[in-house]
Amino acid sequence: MSPAATALTVMIALVAIGTGVGFLAGSRQRMSLEQWTVGGRGFGALLVFILMAGEVYTTFAFLGVSGWAYSRGGPILYVLAYLSLAYVASFFILPQLWEVGREHGMQTQPDFFDARYRNRYLTGFVCVVGLLAFIPYLQLQLDGVGIIVAATSFGHVGRITAMAVATALVIAFVFANGVRAVAWVSIIKDLVMVIAAGAIGIGIPIAHFGGIGAMFAALAQAHPGHLVMPGATANLGHAWYITTVLLTALGFYMWPHIFGATFTAKSADTLRRNAIVMPLYTLALALVFFAGFATVLILPHAASGDLALLTVVRQTFPPWFLGFVGGAGALTAMVPAAILILAAATLFAKNLFRPLFAPSMTDDAVARLARATVVLLGVVSLGLAIHGASTLVGLLLTGYAMVTQCFPGVVLGLYWRRVTTAGVFIGMIAGVLTALSLMLSGRDPIEGLNAGFVALCVNVVATVAGSLATAASQTALESDLH
Amino acid sequence: MTRGVVKAPSRGALALGAIPFAAMCFTVALWDRVHPLILGLPFNLFWLMLWIVLTPCCMWGAYRIETAAGRRTPRGS
Repeated sequence: MSPAATALTVMIALVAIGTGVGFLAGSRQRMSLEQWTVGGRGFGALLVFILMAGEVYTTFAFLGVSGWAYSRGGPILYVLAYLSLAYVASFFILPQLWEVGREHGMQTQPDFFDARYRNRYLTGFVCVVGLLAFIPYLQLQLDGVGIIVAATSFGHVGRITAMAVATALVIAFVFANGVRAVAWVSIIKDLVMVIAAGAIGIGIPIAHFGGIGAMFAALAQAHPGHLVMPGATANLGHAWYITTVLLTALGFYMWPHIFGATFTAKSADTLRRNAIVMPLYTLALALVFFAGFATVLILPHAASGDLALLTVVRQTFPPWFLGFVGGAGALTAMVPAAILILAAATLFAKNLFRPLFAPSMTDDAVARLARATVVLLGVVSLGLAIHGASTLVGLLLTGYAMVTQCFPGVVLGLYWRRVTTAGVFIGMIAGVLTALSLMLSGRDPIEGLNAGFVALCVNVVATVAGSLATAASQTALESDLH
Repeated sequence: MTRGVVKAPSRGALALGAIPFAAMCFTVALWDRVHPLILGLPFNLFWLMLWIVLTPCCMWGAYRIETAAGRRTPRGS
């Protein structure tokens, strides 16, 4: 077998095993879910740690981080800071959110806005913002599959073909109710990713330089500027770093699917204790940083940063291992894509379309609409992924610029009595319009600052000013009601 | 709920939570450099990894303060 055939066979086998397990587990939903929870309680500390570390290795972390470490250098360090600080911020927000959620039986992010602000147009707008943020995130996952398959097949399978097949599989996955089975696929994926990351992060520096320390010493000698900010960029300096870390750390829990997961916790205390340990898992990302920086010296002129890591893996390891990494990577992209697409479709059908346009719609009709939305979203994201030219990190930051606009509504809603519905509405519209206009006109970063963060500041100011201006009328209205 | 707002975290816990933000975010200009290489890592990478380990220590302190405050003033007060 040629190297390309070997790599491709291993990759397809791994994806087939992963999706097969997903479909099988999906067909016995109740049973497998129970087993998962019970099994989860029986796992030892080491296995739990490996699985949690594996969770860290998303398509973004694997290809996006290594790609930016290669093409931009120092600025990618923002990822290590923002993940840790997102958990710190969550310590002060999620337990309180959980308490409120229990009192009001909340399940989703729009539920919170609905209960706090009691305005279906604001709730609908929150849904629209969530959907807008999901699209680049979904595009990121599909882009990831395209890159992985193209590299693993030595270019024999095109990017577009790979993305189309992956999209079809993801839609089939969701249609077959396979999302509950995601837990099973995740176990396989996490184990494989930990092995792959270890081999790549430690193996590549050793194979080419004799060790990690030697690799950094060589890089510090050859390109010292690449390791610090702004690295290979002109405008991603310290101001960009601070604003980007703040935007993403505060926005992390505003993603509708992550926000909703808060309500599944056993208690507010569970969320607090989670927030203490979670930063440690960020350490697992260090391996990707090692590999990404190593590629700078090994492969000085790669066509695309996102592709650089896999090219070096191809040069360093035997073809079957490339297939192994490719298969794990493809699963890593497809599983979150399935979760995202389902969350987005549910958000659209249940929280946006029904309350605003068809209050009398039956649950069955909502379910049918959600399924149709799954296909539509899949096709739209595929189209964008085929034509889009952004880097993986660029896509994620676009999503963050949108989704973080929910932050003032959530935090002020929890902690500030005087925030009003009108204030939050004005603030979110101002924030979203600022973010869209800056990003679509290519002014990100603006004056060295992250455009999404600038939009967040506009949002906060408008929310506070709007709340103070409308506070009097709302208090009057409330005292009328009581 | 339109009027009921949750109890804010205590000042001490917020102060401890501010430490990782200061160390990993706001002070970037002070530690963003290659030399000295420590444990074979560039200084900025080493600094961030060090603080990933120190952050849980800060948050453990914040947790102690929060749970102690929670016991003194039961929920709903």
